[in-house]
Amino acid sequence: MKCEELLAILNEYVDGTVDPAICDEFEKHIAGCNPCQVVVDNIRKTITLYKEGEPYDLPVEFHHRLHAALRRRWEETHH
Amino acid sequence: MNQVQTTLNMTNDGAPGTSDADLARRATLGDLDAFDALTNRHERRVYSLALRMLRQEQDAEDVTQQTFLSALENLAGFRGEASFSTWLLRIASHAALKVIRKRKGLRTVSLEEATEGTDDSDVIPHPEYIADWRQSPEELAQSNEVRRLLDEALGRLDEKHRLVFLLRDVQGLSVKETAEALGLTEANTKVRLLRARLHLRELLTRTLGDPARRLERPHDHPH
Repeated sequence: MKCEELLAILNEYVDGTVDPAICDEFEKHIAGCNPCQVVVDNIRKTITLYKEGEPYDLPVEFHHRLHAALRRRWEETHH
Repeated sequence: MNQVQTTLNMTNDGAPGTSDADLARRATLGDLDAFDALTNRHERRVYSLALRMLRQEQDAEDVTQQTFLSALENLAGFRGEASFSTWLLRIASHAALKVIRKRKGLRTVSLEEATEGTDDSDVIPHPEYIADWRQSPEELAQSNEVRRLLDEALGRLDEKHRLVFLLRDVQGLSVKETAEALGLTEANTKVRLLRARLHLRELLTRTLGDPARRLERPHDHPH
């Protein structure tokens, strides 16, 4: 397997959905190819960082407005 | 609305150890404090997803409010098969996509047509800057500076790549669900996802990578 071929199935490998036979070839390749190893690791970390990173705080004024709107709607729908 | 109540509600996010499912059950039975607690727990994630999809604060606020109003009205429809957070984020992403379609003035046209590009069939670009990162994602996730970097990088992606990445990798939809939400084929979704992942990796690694451990880009070799 060449680096280009690896690139083509990178998604499936990172997501763990690659065909087991191809997965063996993929792993054989990255065992001997440090740059590909690092690229795969970088991509996993990129996804983790976006997924697990600290979310934004709501602007305080909007936080109040949101809760007030929800309370109003609650009162409308629960009476 | 009395001010004291609002202030009290601001900090209410349910007793520690109370699960979202418990709070949702109580809310379904008419407990507003339980719903308020759920909102406090999840509003930041919902707002952040909306902000990253829409890149405009006012629209992100509108979508966040719509999401929780819709959750309030449809609580009975939350069956607990998915987590409460997944359920909410799904409502939020659909609301955000509606705003994007409206912006394009193409309500009846799918996003695929609206964002048709020529690059999807091109060769996938090679990674250029390859280096191990200096810190773990767990350490990096705490930093406001890194959050800014993440947003800048997302902002440099085409909208069609950004949306696929956010729905699939951040929100956790499957490729099939992402394709359906965006009106794309699965094959097209996968190509866009790969481009988005590679582009973001490239941009983040230029800042977060350790220059001392930079590697040459891969080349053909007989493995």
